[in-house]
Amino acid sequence: MYVESKKGKTRELWQFHGGLHLPEKKEMSLQRPLQQARLPSRLVLPLQQHIGVQAQPLVAVGDRVLKGEVIAGSAAPVSAPVHAPTSGIVLEIGEHPVPHPSGLTAPCIVIEPDGDDRWGELPEPIGDFRSADSELLRRRIRESGIVGMGGATFPSAIKLNPGKPIKTLIINGAECEPYITCDDRLMRDQAERVMNGARILQHMLQSEECLIAVEDNKPEAILAMFQQLREEENIEVVRIPTLYPSGGEKQLIRILTGREVPTSGLPAQVGVICHNVATAAAIADAVLEGRPLISRIVTVTGEGISEPGNLEAPLGMLAGDLIAEAGGYLQARPKQLILGGPMMGFDLNSDQVPITKGTNCLLCPTAKEAPAPQPARACIRCGRCADVCPANLLPQQMYWYSRAKDLEKVQDYNLFDCIECGCCSHVCPSHIPLVQYYRYAKAESWALEQERRESEHAKQRHDFRVSRLQRLEAERKAKLRKKKEDLKKPAAAKPEASSGEAAGGDAKQAAIEAAMRRAAEKKAKQQHAPKNTDNLTAAQQAQIEAVDERRKVARKKKQKEEHPR
Amino acid sequence: MEFHTTSSPHTRRVNRVDKVMLQVVLALLPGIVAMAFYFGWGVLINIALAVISATAFEALIIRLRKRPVTPVLLDLSAVVTALLFAIAIPPLLPWWLVVLGMAFAIIMVKQMYGGLGYNPFNPAMAAYVLLLISYPVEMTSWLPPFMLAEQPLNPAQILAYKFAGILPEGVMLDAITMATPLDQMRTNLDLNRMISEIRQHPLWGDFGGLGWEWVGNWFLMGGIWMVYKRTITWQIPLAFLGGLVGMATIFWLFDAESFPFPLFHLFSGGAILGAFFIATDPVTACTTRAGQLIYGASIGVLVYIIRTWGGYPDAVAFAVLLMNMAAPTIDYYTRPRTYGHGGGAV
Repeated sequence: MYVESKKGKTRELWQFHGGLHLPEKKEMSLQRPLQQARLPSRLVLPLQQHIGVQAQPLVAVGDRVLKGEVIAGSAAPVSAPVHAPTSGIVLEIGEHPVPHPSGLTAPCIVIEPDGDDRWGELPEPIGDFRSADSELLRRRIRESGIVGMGGATFPSAIKLNPGKPIKTLIINGAECEPYITCDDRLMRDQAERVMNGARILQHMLQSEECLIAVEDNKPEAILAMFQQLREEENIEVVRIPTLYPSGGEKQLIRILTGREVPTSGLPAQVGVICHNVATAAAIADAVLEGRPLISRIVTVTGEGISEPGNLEAPLGMLAGDLIAEAGGYLQARPKQLILGGPMMGFDLNSDQVPITKGTNCLLCPTAKEAPAPQPARACIRCGRCADVCPANLLPQQMYWYSRAKDLEKVQDYNLFDCIECGCCSHVCPSHIPLVQYYRYAKAESWALEQERRESEHAKQRHDFRVSRLQRLEAERKAKLRKKKEDLKKPAAAKPEASSGEAAGGDAKQAAIEAAMRRAAEKKAKQQHAPKNTDNLTAAQQAQIEAVDERRKVARKKKQKEEHPR
Repeated sequence: MEFHTTSSPHTRRVNRVDKVMLQVVLALLPGIVAMAFYFGWGVLINIALAVISATAFEALIIRLRKRPVTPVLLDLSAVVTALLFAIAIPPLLPWWLVVLGMAFAIIMVKQMYGGLGYNPFNPAMAAYVLLLISYPVEMTSWLPPFMLAEQPLNPAQILAYKFAGILPEGVMLDAITMATPLDQMRTNLDLNRMISEIRQHPLWGDFGGLGWEWVGNWFLMGGIWMVYKRTITWQIPLAFLGGLVGMATIFWLFDAESFPFPLFHLFSGGAILGAFFIATDPVTACTTRAGQLIYGASIGVLVYIIRTWGGYPDAVAFAVLLMNMAAPTIDYYTRPRTYGHGGGAV
């Protein structure tokens, strides 16, 4: 398939396997123009709004902070600082519920806005970025706290140092999930910011081409982006067919380049880097204006919301406050609040959690819109899940083995290539929560791997101890023998016998050691290492950590329950 | 405010098992009507007997297994099994054989393995084969289509025969039953008759057995409708019929007087029904699309082999059961290439 991507230029598009045409429900939140959310009485800023090392607070309770001031940071390479979204006073630094599937709390800085919204000192704008040093730009992006705003929240500066030549820079404006329109709104209203970001990114990566990909259900956004194109630049706007999950990084790379990111590899390995449109816009602000990442556009939508729309919200604003800005809930007792879209978003158990850098949507559906799942029936192996799987997996087989807790087998079926897009669950006639089974199998595999490493470690220590004791024993015996020999020496009787005994002891020792070595090798061979766990992407690592964290919490809770005192 | 939480995706699901099964039932209806038209009330009585007994056995076992009964009955899988079995057996089959078949299908072949989704063998076909081997006479005593019936039975007479073994005064069983076209072809070929000669018999219609050809035609319509509605995939039926017709064509071209013409194979026995309704049972078939092509084609070839050189005139049930055994292995070797595991344009 070919589409026009620039005046007088067409591009070939490829297809990924499977995918779904879903009811879009996007018009709901596009009825209203972009709205500026009013400052709430309190902002809660998690120290970790990114993948990597948690930032450390740089302010103390009672400090007065100015808008744009750094309030938390880290020297670790994979991390991102946090900035004050407005001027105010630090009320508290402590644990607070954060948007997380398990309802965890995490360290946050709570700011009470003073209402002045007074800017602090910002870094110098870099207007002429084309003559600026790449390293300088990268530092600026890092110091501005910019992370992937499509939801992955990986620190953007790191992706700008791929160490490999990049042929294609992709700016991801596909926005394939139903309901969500924040990127659409951004491209329609602020196309110039997005385009400037694309220019900066292309300059930094020195990529041959830059492709801004937008699904063809967003003609206004495509037009707005088209109008920003310049003849002399190698930037194109590519209209891709609407098919969920075309906005998934791997799927989008396939559509635009025909190439596939190798399993557990990075896009840079195939000469591609992807950034979200909102990230590009934030990068433009950081470079051209010196403005750090302190706000973002959030879609607040669903039939349970009075005035669905897109709102520019300061980071740290509580979901409940933002929903109030969108007219509040329609029902007295809304049943569900989803962070993200209906396919991949997760349920919040409270609306008292903050908007963070990766929050693109708050969805409050009615019971009619998102009915509670029916009880699952038996899998009839119809294979519809496999037909729609964008990773070309066999979900029914993975389900079978996940259910049987056969982790080895489920990894044989490439469990770790599952992107959890939810297509399989959506079409399953037996209403089996397939994705949940895969999450479970992944978490169990990681836990097993962790356990294996720990037991390996313990075993090494044990083996070391045994061999040390043996050595000490041998040394003691040798000493004893020597003493005996010394005593016997004057008599000089049967010297060959004692030497023979010593040689026998050495041979025995050697045999023991050889046997131990063999046993260790055999053991190592038997242990089946989970595949894809050696070469994890940062996102997977973060997932693992999150799972570990949940386990820890659960274990503590259990201990507390078992031993109340 | 506290919200209840579930796992993603949070969408209204688009498919339902009971809807899938209902579509299969609907697709069977035209063929069933045609069968009842040509072969009389016995077909409908068989269906009623099979559906009632299958549902009863299913309910009984689910109760014994202490599971909720209603959702299992409402998934209609037992009804589909009953229908497929009932249209495969002769209209005059004694009632207790119908019930025995259903008991075997539902209790032994389906529920003993864990119920819907867990059975390795197609229950309807396993029951058919059990009866065919144990009661070959009863299972091969077919009625002729009504046009050839010299002494057609009325519904009361059929009921009397099925339930009490009583035939009307002066009527012999041999006078009212007749071999199926496949059976007749087999017997005559074994007697070294020429096909052109065999086809002179009134049992033969335009492109298959008289009556049978139209039953097959209506099952074909239902099958195509299921492919259109995506109730089933096209791979299994197409490969099945392709394998069968392919084999038939090769041998027919080789010797048209000893090997029947390809259309005969399609429209004389259970080939169409088997291709669209039996081999496509998702539980016992291959699930990978490539595997389904192999699975379907193998059944087609096996049907031809058994029909031509085996001991039974029709072979769909045997071929399907044989390939049921091979399905997991075929699935294993036809796994699709996962994204990122080699391949893709460079």
